[in-house]
Amino acid sequence: MTVKTKYEAVIGIECHVELKTRSKMFCGCANEFGGEPNTKVCPVCLALPGALPVANKEAIEHMIRAGLAFGATIPAFSKFDRKNYFYPDMPKDYQISQYDMPLTLGGSVGYWLEDGTLKECRLTRIHLEEDTGKSMHAGGGDGRIAGSAYSLIDFNRAGVPLMECVSEPDLTSAQEAVGYLEALKRTFVQLGVSDVKMEEGSLRCDANVSIRPAGSMKLGTKAEIKNMNSFRSVLRAIESEITRQIDVLESGGRVVQETRGWDEAQGVTHSMRSKEEAHDYRYFPDPDLVPMEIDPALVERLKATIPALPHDRFVRYHREYGLDPKQATQLVDNLPLAEYFDACVSASGNAQLSTNFVLGDLSRLANETGTPVYASPVTSASLAELIGLVEAKAITSKTAKELLERMWAGEGSPKAIVEKEGLAQTSDAGEIERFVAEVLAANEKAAADYKAGKTNILGFLIGQVMKASRGKANPALAEELLRKKLE
Amino acid sequence: MNELVTRSAAQIARDVNGKRVSAREITAAVLQRVDETDDRLGCYLSRLNELALDCAQRADRRIAAGETLPLAGVPIAIKDNMCLRGTRTTAGSKILENWIAPYTATAVQLILDAGGIPIGKANLDEFAMGSSCENSALGVTRNPYDLSRVPGGSSGGPAAAVASFQAAIGLGSDTGGSIREPGAFCNVVGFKPTYGRVSRYGLIAFASSLDQIGPLTRTVEDAALAYDVMAGHDPSDSTSINRAVEPAANALREDLKGLRIGVVKEFATAKLGPEIDALYKRAYRELADLGADVVDISLPTADYGLATYYLIAPAECSSNLARFDGVRYGLRVEGDDVGQMYERTRAAGFGPEVKRRILIGTYALSSGYYDAYYVKAQKARTMFAQDFRRAFEHCDLIAAPAASSPAFEFNAKSDPYSMYMMDYYTIPMSLAGLPALSVPCGYAGTPQLPMGLQLAAPLFEEAKLLGAAHAYERATEYASKAALAV
Ligand SMILES: [Zn+2]
Repeated sequence: MTVKTKYEAVIGIECHVELKTRSKMFCGCANEFGGEPNTKVCPVCLALPGALPVANKEAIEHMIRAGLAFGATIPAFSKFDRKNYFYPDMPKDYQISQYDMPLTLGGSVGYWLEDGTLKECRLTRIHLEEDTGKSMHAGGGDGRIAGSAYSLIDFNRAGVPLMECVSEPDLTSAQEAVGYLEALKRTFVQLGVSDVKMEEGSLRCDANVSIRPAGSMKLGTKAEIKNMNSFRSVLRAIESEITRQIDVLESGGRVVQETRGWDEAQGVTHSMRSKEEAHDYRYFPDPDLVPMEIDPALVERLKATIPALPHDRFVRYHREYGLDPKQATQLVDNLPLAEYFDACVSASGNAQLSTNFVLGDLSRLANETGTPVYASPVTSASLAELIGLVEAKAITSKTAKELLERMWAGEGSPKAIVEKEGLAQTSDAGEIERFVAEVLAANEKAAADYKAGKTNILGFLIGQVMKASRGKANPALAEELLRKKLE
Repeated sequence: MNELVTRSAAQIARDVNGKRVSAREITAAVLQRVDETDDRLGCYLSRLNELALDCAQRADRRIAAGETLPLAGVPIAIKDNMCLRGTRTTAGSKILENWIAPYTATAVQLILDAGGIPIGKANLDEFAMGSSCENSALGVTRNPYDLSRVPGGSSGGPAAAVASFQAAIGLGSDTGGSIREPGAFCNVVGFKPTYGRVSRYGLIAFASSLDQIGPLTRTVEDAALAYDVMAGHDPSDSTSINRAVEPAANALREDLKGLRIGVVKEFATAKLGPEIDALYKRAYRELADLGADVVDISLPTADYGLATYYLIAPAECSSNLARFDGVRYGLRVEGDDVGQMYERTRAAGFGPEVKRRILIGTYALSSGYYDAYYVKAQKARTMFAQDFRRAFEHCDLIAAPAASSPAFEFNAKSDPYSMYMMDYYTIPMSLAGLPALSVPCGYAGTPQLPMGLQLAAPLFEEAKLLGAAHAYERATEYASKAALAV
């Protein structure tokens, strides 16, 4: 048993996702990324004396839809609480959050690993809160507070709605953590509740990592890892932290409960603060906001708006249609293409050929022309028609490729083109024999080589027959007839 | 004294709308009255002469154009914890001493839109925490009936301004008695509507779940007039009530026939001394003489009001006042780092009573103490509401003292607890969110100084409450039976 397999990791993720809403969580300011500093602010989100919050309905509905997508319970009552601590970016010096009555409870996130293994991670809760502003430290110190002469604060982001998703400690590796996060991201994007742009800070996550002897049920002491700014840094940070904790235990030490920051450049985590220094946030119900009663009719109405979820799609593509995990993922991550694909599968009844065309020739044409497949003249119905022609052996796959290019160019439905140009595949032995004779006459050397034992020349000769027939010849029949002539 | 300044708000509005006098004339007279008396009284922290004259001109123009304005030309004293765009808004604190509000509170805007004339921003106990106005960091306000005494608090400035004819309506805020007690001390009507009736948007928060804006006026009719203008739902305040408002001005009455008025057993006034005991007994008799059926009722939890209030209000204030940190506005005292800047700013910016309440509240919310203090206080608060609901099964209104004594001398209440006791009779109604008012009911002490009778009604029954207070006021006319010291 190696040191690595002697231990297993237990990981839970807390991640903050900015919600996509027209206005901020508690005021009418626009919820938009960027802009000149302090241009998207008002008395409420600057916490001017006397200003009061009003909860954003759209954000609450986003939360309920997110919860429903993961099978969470939507409690009938929910409320906002104040989380009190002093922080210059936080205008009220308390954050409006949810403490003991979040909008959604439980549920689970289905995800998959690169090899297609399906996994599940339970959710503890998702709650709604507001974002802070952003500090910039200026006048020396290279952007760090130490050594800077003064700090500037941009409150444009202050008060933007955030959902905090808290997972159960169900994850056992860095890969699983990333798989889980990717599933969250895909789902939120498809629900339209967030753009999930990590580079704009609209998804930020912390990981609770502990290790224990493999097979043990007892949880080890956890460290909370912060400052992970991309899925790649989540992967690296958790791997590095697991290794660090194993090293600590193997060298006879003990893991202490603390918050550790991920240092992207050094590739290590370092201690930020221990549990003893933890804040007492003095949570209490926000008296400026009345408790929320969630109408069951609203929940039902929102349930009806939830689309086919990425995880269900993946399972269907991978398990049912037999797409490899990479192909399935590629489709799942491109919703309009996936919908196009689904329409084609249901019209043609052939998932394999639909996959080949959609992810093969059509995606190539899309790349070449810059027009997305689903917006091209090749509709899912006409692609299904083409697949039908291939299945019926009415055309060869070579003709199919050619047809596809012409359909892309807007020449109409495949059947129409085939009829107009007589491109239908022929299995008329007499007609093919004429092409075979023609080809053998023109390629005497190749014919001689074949007879001399160089049988791999046959492919070339078949190709010549196909060319002579302008692709119409049934290739299997052409091969049979060629062999007959040559032997 | 110019007779114009002594007119009631209702009278002024009638006269200005009837073009018998202009808003400008009224305003000029009131500004002159302030000039003559405010050096001695100290009602205002900021004078708004220019704005007042502008508003008067605008009111006169609107009336000339055919509009009728409910508060045409009515001079208003605004407690300085309400935002008015472009004016210094201090909350009586050094931490906001030079802060200019960039927006206007909803209630203030409604008053201005109705033709009210803002005369000035009136003094208060710092962040509305206190019962004498002595906690103001920015000025001393004196009782217009005895300059050696306090005007009450925290709405001492508006109460004294209305009593001394420096305004016809004072906008006050009441958290545990801050309108009713100074109303009693200054011989005026002090009215706190149901919690949530008047928008809190733009009112600098002390305790969010208790704060409520209301008027201080020389007549009940004027209180009804101001209330009718300010009451109503405000989408900017989530706690404001979305429910139709019955106009109080139409509900004023001349007798109390058919009303049952409850006197709270637990509020026995004997402990306030024979003179005050006799005064309140006389008041209850006067209610009966007007036709009310005066009955005994019980509020078993009444004695826990103060303890409950002094957990909930400080807990909320400890959080509400966190934003005064020197980062974005107000006072900043620099430090070596942001933590030191916070500490120095707040140490220099807040007065002792505010600090005391922030400490109490921080403690009450701390982990390990939260359940024992804050949660228990919230449970007690639910019991208050239940007690009142039960009591109102036996009566339509409740009568009680508005304060346990007349106005006291400066520095007379040196320990915080004896100051807190001033609100003993007003706090239970605040905890239950009830509408309540104080109306002048006679004089006590040496010299004889004004006392107030408190009347309270079930939630949302402001019209009934003001109607009854009007009958009492008309029958007794106590307010007019004393001479001002200015
Ligand atoms: Zn805003």
